[in-house]
Amino acid sequence: MDAILLQILNGLDKGSAYALIALGLTLIFGTLGVVNFAHGALFMIGAFCAVTVQRILNLSFETVDPTKTDFLGNPLKVQSPYVVDWFGADFGNAIIDWSVPIAILFAIPIMIFVGFAMERGLIKHFYKRPHADQILVTFGLAIVMQEIVKYFYGANPIPTGAPAAFRGSFDFGVLLGFDPNAVIYPYWRLIYFGFASVIIGGVFSFLQFTTFGMVVRAGMADRETVGLLGIDIDKRFTFMFGLAAAVAGLAGVMYAPINSPNYHMGMDFLVLSFVVVVVGGMGSLPGAVAAGFLLGILESFASMNEIKSLIPGIDQIIIYVVAIIILLTRPRGLMGRKGVMEE
Amino acid sequence: MFGLNKKDTSLLLVVAVLTLCAPFILNPFPTDSGMAQFNAGYPDLMQRFVIFGIFAVGFNILFGLTGYLSFGHAAFLGVGSYSAVWMFKLLSMNVLPAIILSVIVAGLFALLIGFVSLRRSGIYFSILTLAFAQMSFNLAYSVLTPITNGETGLQLTLDDPRILGVSATADGSIPVTSLFGLEMRSTYEMAVGGWNFQFSAGYYLCAIIMLISFYIAVRIFRSPFGLMLRAVKCNQNRMRYTGLNTRPYTLAAFVISGMYAGLAGGLMASMDPLAGAERMQWTASGEVVLMTILGGAGTLIGPVLGAGFIKYFENIFSKINDNVLHQWFSWLPDGLEDFVVFVIHPFIGKGWALTLGLLFMAVVIFLPGGLVEGGQRLRNVFSRDKAKDDGTHAPKSHPAE
Repeated sequence: MDAILLQILNGLDKGSAYALIALGLTLIFGTLGVVNFAHGALFMIGAFCAVTVQRILNLSFETVDPTKTDFLGNPLKVQSPYVVDWFGADFGNAIIDWSVPIAILFAIPIMIFVGFAMERGLIKHFYKRPHADQILVTFGLAIVMQEIVKYFYGANPIPTGAPAAFRGSFDFGVLLGFDPNAVIYPYWRLIYFGFASVIIGGVFSFLQFTTFGMVVRAGMADRETVGLLGIDIDKRFTFMFGLAAAVAGLAGVMYAPINSPNYHMGMDFLVLSFVVVVVGGMGSLPGAVAAGFLLGILESFASMNEIKSLIPGIDQIIIYVVAIIILLTRPRGLMGRKGVMEE
Repeated sequence: MFGLNKKDTSLLLVVAVLTLCAPFILNPFPTDSGMAQFNAGYPDLMQRFVIFGIFAVGFNILFGLTGYLSFGHAAFLGVGSYSAVWMFKLLSMNVLPAIILSVIVAGLFALLIGFVSLRRSGIYFSILTLAFAQMSFNLAYSVLTPITNGETGLQLTLDDPRILGVSATADGSIPVTSLFGLEMRSTYEMAVGGWNFQFSAGYYLCAIIMLISFYIAVRIFRSPFGLMLRAVKCNQNRMRYTGLNTRPYTLAAFVISGMYAGLAGGLMASMDPLAGAERMQWTASGEVVLMTILGGAGTLIGPVLGAGFIKYFENIFSKINDNVLHQWFSWLPDGLEDFVVFVIHPFIGKGWALTLGLLFMAVVIFLPGGLVEGGQRLRNVFSRDKAKDDGTHAPKSHPAE
């Protein structure tokens, strides 16, 4: 029982990342009808926003500390970050420690801007081209983004720590009456799950309860009619692209402490997120979220030793196997809408 | 000739002459000149040209003719490599059985994957093939380690059985791949003046196989079968309404292109007998897509051009470094020189992938027909009887070559 609970928990954080990326992909696909292969790159850029903020906050100047000497007897140079100098030791160090949450504020405008620029500059010209062309051009864009990041940050993963307060693990089992240390779970993953839920809830209520969201949903259902009513639907769809980019970026920012960002992390997630979108059903937002969590949890179940000894290698391929089965039995995916990409 | 019309025959002959004389053509600069780094006439690189040419030609039979965009073709290449290496381990170092086996195994694998994936089309097909390829990649890395040797990659060892050959040569080293005794790595060097031309047995084997497979591709393009595939690309529904089951045709195209990929994999292993899982990764599948699109999908010569273009520039760009750039721009004033080098720096050396990505985007955006279309446009610009041409020709048919 505790093992099952642990696997469900383990699946949640990966599942949240899949769900967030898949949600963005579906938003773009549902509104603009574009298959965005560069979405993983947006996730990666988000993670590198966290890295950048951490680096900026750690910018320091050197002072010579006369009281200390190194082993040769020379006076020791001490690095002290500007932030500490400006705000004092306590507050300054706290800011540095909290660089990942601060990066969220920093990432939102950047990601929205990147999204706008992408849509207006490139994707706009591809609405009328075949899906194959859209896949190819966004694939090329993903390579370009990846290489730019690689140029500036190098090819190695960059560790980006969570705030010290969240570094430990939470003994979940004790709450539910299991033995201590049976179900322990890192705080940050719990926060990631909570954060993802908030974002997903926010996107859904935005679409459901605001006038803007209503118009967007109407546009998803029948773009032409909304246009005939005198609403500039293109502008709103561009905004949705920016929103989708921001969702992917935030998923990336928060993921940085879980997995040190490297330049190809986006591509690794992208393949899986596409599988998630297809399993959930092209163009279905709840489907994307549900499939994201479902596949994340399935993946962590498959990596249990008991199951691995039963079917060796299942943990590596479970997601793809599920996707293949779903596509062949329910071609529209779990919650696919009729008439969306049915060919 | 060979059952081809005049135009195709001349195309085939041009390709034949180009590939067979490649050691000369790709070696235009004397060895000691400053431009020698642009030479591509050494066996290793030339082999890569033709092997990836085969891969891309095969991919084009699927993508160019039927419009099905497969993102998992590298899996067949990987499977081909593995089976060839196993043949070297178990049977003998002769490349012929290895290549034949790799084509057969890749074909069977393609039959299996194609049978499932071709139930869907469009983006679903792309994602299904991607999923299958990633699955094979993950399996090759983990569970199938006894067959694939996991991360290390499959290599020859001294205690392989090699029933028809020897486990180790007389001096105790691993035997090399050969074709009935002709060693693949044997190279004949010819020094003419400052030039050093290299003729490698391995390259000529690859080149001849590529010519044969190119010929087969031309025949497929011109056959009723090829016409049927184009019809599928144009409008599959209409084909279905006329009572035709398109599945066997697309499946046949998928298997043929899988066999081409297997052939390329087998050749790759024959030139250098090792196989690793990274050959199956989806970025490798992406590369062949890039080659085909860059050259011109749906055209005969396009994929070969694209493969050569990408492999050549990959090689050259990776070699250029800041020192070389400083040499080139030394005629500029000092500050400007540094600035130019600074601007170009991200695009060369390790940044080659960035250049490739930008180039690829540019091609997709401005030149969907690839290099071939670019060439045609240029020809139209320069040809004097352009006006007459426009009048007589039907508007925008498929580029024929």
